[in-house]
Amino acid sequence: MIVHDDEPRLMKGNEAMAEAAIRAGLQAYFGYPITPQSEVLEYLTVEAPKRNFVVLQAESELAAINMVFGAAGAGARVMTSSSSPGISLMQEGLSYMASAQLPALVVNVNRGGPGLGTIQPSQSDYFQATKGGGHGDYHLLVLAPSSVQEMADFVFDGFRLADEYRTPVMILADGALGQMMEKVALPKAGSLPFTPKPWATTGKLEGHDRNIITSLFIQPEKMEQVNLQLQEKYKRAQKEVRFEAFHVEDAEILLVAFGLAARISQKALEMARERGIKVGLLRPITLYPFPSKVISNLVENVASVLVVEMNAGQMVEDVRLAVNGRRPVSFKGRMGGMIPSPDEVVHEIELIAEQHRVVQV
Amino acid sequence: METNPLMSDMELVYRKPSTLTDTPFHYCPGCSHGVVHKILMEVVDEMGIQGQTVGVAPVGCSVFAYNYMNVDMQEAAHGRASAVATGIRRVLPDKYVFAYQGDGDLAAIGTGETIHTVNRGENILVVFINNGIYGMTGGQMAPTSLLGMVTSTTPYGREQSAMGFPLRITDLVAQLPGAYYVTRQAVHTATTVRKTKKAIRNALEYQKLKKGTCFIEVVSNCPSGWKMTPTEANDWMEKNMIAYYPLGDLKVPKEHS
Repeated sequence: MIVHDDEPRLMKGNEAMAEAAIRAGLQAYFGYPITPQSEVLEYLTVEAPKRNFVVLQAESELAAINMVFGAAGAGARVMTSSSSPGISLMQEGLSYMASAQLPALVVNVNRGGPGLGTIQPSQSDYFQATKGGGHGDYHLLVLAPSSVQEMADFVFDGFRLADEYRTPVMILADGALGQMMEKVALPKAGSLPFTPKPWATTGKLEGHDRNIITSLFIQPEKMEQVNLQLQEKYKRAQKEVRFEAFHVEDAEILLVAFGLAARISQKALEMARERGIKVGLLRPITLYPFPSKVISNLVENVASVLVVEMNAGQMVEDVRLAVNGRRPVSFKGRMGGMIPSPDEVVHEIELIAEQHRVVQV
Repeated sequence: METNPLMSDMELVYRKPSTLTDTPFHYCPGCSHGVVHKILMEVVDEMGIQGQTVGVAPVGCSVFAYNYMNVDMQEAAHGRASAVATGIRRVLPDKYVFAYQGDGDLAAIGTGETIHTVNRGENILVVFINNGIYGMTGGQMAPTSLLGMVTSTTPYGREQSAMGFPLRITDLVAQLPGAYYVTRQAVHTATTVRKTKKAIRNALEYQKLKKGTCFIEVVSNCPSGWKMTPTEANDWMEKNMIAYYPLGDLKVPKEHS
C-alpha cells in the first residue's frame, strides 16, 4: 500500500518518477541522456548531493546497465532510465541481470522507431519489453502507467516487485507520459521497506561462504535448473497481474489498450456510449504478467474486441492468444510517434458495431 | 590448529592463503593466470582485507576466477568488468574493488568502459592480463596480438594494413588524469613475480586514498594459444611481447615517486 502526500503537485511524468525514486529509497542511479527522458537524470543530479544517493552519467547505456548490474549485485536499490534506442543497448545487461537474478528498476520512456526513429511517443517496444528483449529464456516484469500519478506510484511498485522476485522490472511509459504535466500526489518517503539481501557481494563474512553473482552456468544440467527456477518465478509472478476495467459489465465491444492508448480509448468509449454503442475498456497495467485470464473471461460476454495501440500491432497478439479465436479481434494502431485520436478510435468502433449490428437504437 | 607430526619441527615457509579456494586451477600448464590469481589473493590475505574485497571476473580464460578467489565476486558481461566494478565501488565506497580482465575483454570489446572508468578516476584496481590472443575461444587475434603473429584468425600473420597495430592500451590509460598508478609487469620469473606482487600491494594500498584508478598490465603468455611449450612461450614472450610492451611504471603517484 503506497502512502501519498496530502497535497498534490503539478509535475512532468519524468520528474515525478525521479522524485518518487528518491522517496522510494533510491541508492544509486546510472543513466545516459536521451530524449524524451533526460529529465530523470537531470532531476536526480540536482537532488543527489542534497539527499544522499549515487547518481552517475555513464559513457553509454551499455556502461549504465552494467553499472546497475554491479550496484544491484552489491545490494543497492538501483535504477536506470532511457528511451527506446538506449533500451536496445541495455538488452545485453538485462539478460545477464535476469539470469543472475538481480533486482533493479529500468524505465523505458518509449519513442517511435525502428532505428533512431523519432522522439515522439510510441508503444512500439511492447514486444521487446514483455517477451524478454535480450537473449535467452527470461522475462522482465513490466508495468505500464497511463498517468503521471502512475509514473510515480509504479516506481514504488517496481522496486517492491524487483526485490520480491529478484528480477529486473521495467516501467514501459512513452514520450507523452514522460513530458506531460499533471497533478500528482507523490508517495511518501520512507514507506517502502528494504529487504535483506544476504546474497549480495558486500564483502565475505567470516565463517560464511563467499557470495558470487554470475549468469554463467557452463554445465547444461545446471543451466537448465537455473532456467527452471526462472520459469517458476514467472509462474509465481502471475499473481501480480493488474488491470483496470471500465464499463465492461454490459459491453458488447471490448476495447483493450494500455498506457496512453488506454486514455485515448477511454475518451473514445465515452463518445461511443453517447452514440449508443455499448463499449467497455480493459486496460492491462501489468504487461508481463499479462491479464490473459481476465480477457478470456470478459470476452465470453462481448461480440467483438478492438485493440488500440501506438504501434503496428504488438499487444494484439497476446489478446488474440487470450481470445483464442472465440471472437473477432481487430486492431487500430498508429506508428512512428503518431497518436491515434479518439475520433479515429470511435470510427473503428462504429465500423465494428455496424458489422455486428450491436448499435442500440 | 592440528599440527602435522612430520612437520612439527619444521619452519612453515609457505602456505596457501585462505583467500584461495581448494579448487584446482583449470588453466593450461605454464599459463600466467594461476600465478597472478595467487599473488593477488596473497596480497588480499596479507592486508587482511578478505572481508572487504569484491572482485569482478571477465569473459575470457579467467571467467571462472571466482571459483578460485575466495572473496565476494561478480561475473561481468564481456568487456563490462570495469563498468560493473564502477557500480560496486560507487555503492560500497569503502570496499576494495578490483576488475580482472584479459586483452580481448579490456582492449577490444570493453575499450570504451576501460577508458571512461579510468578517466573518471574510479577508485578500483584493474588487473589486465595481456597475452596477445583470445585463449578461451581457441586462439583468435587479440587487439594486442603482435604484427606478424599467427593466430586462428590471422593464419598468415597479423598484417598492419588489414588489422592495424597492436594496441598499447596501458600507455593510453597512463595519459588519463584519472589514472593514479599505472604499471606494466610480468610473471615469468621469480623476480618479475615479486615485482608484480609489490605492484598489486601498492595498488590496493592506494585504493584507500581514493585518488584514482590503479591499473596493472601483466604481460603474459599463452602456451596453448601460441602453440608452444611453457618454456618456449616464456622465451618468446620475453623476446617479442616485452620488446613491444616494455615492463616498468608508466605513472607513479607524485607523493610516492
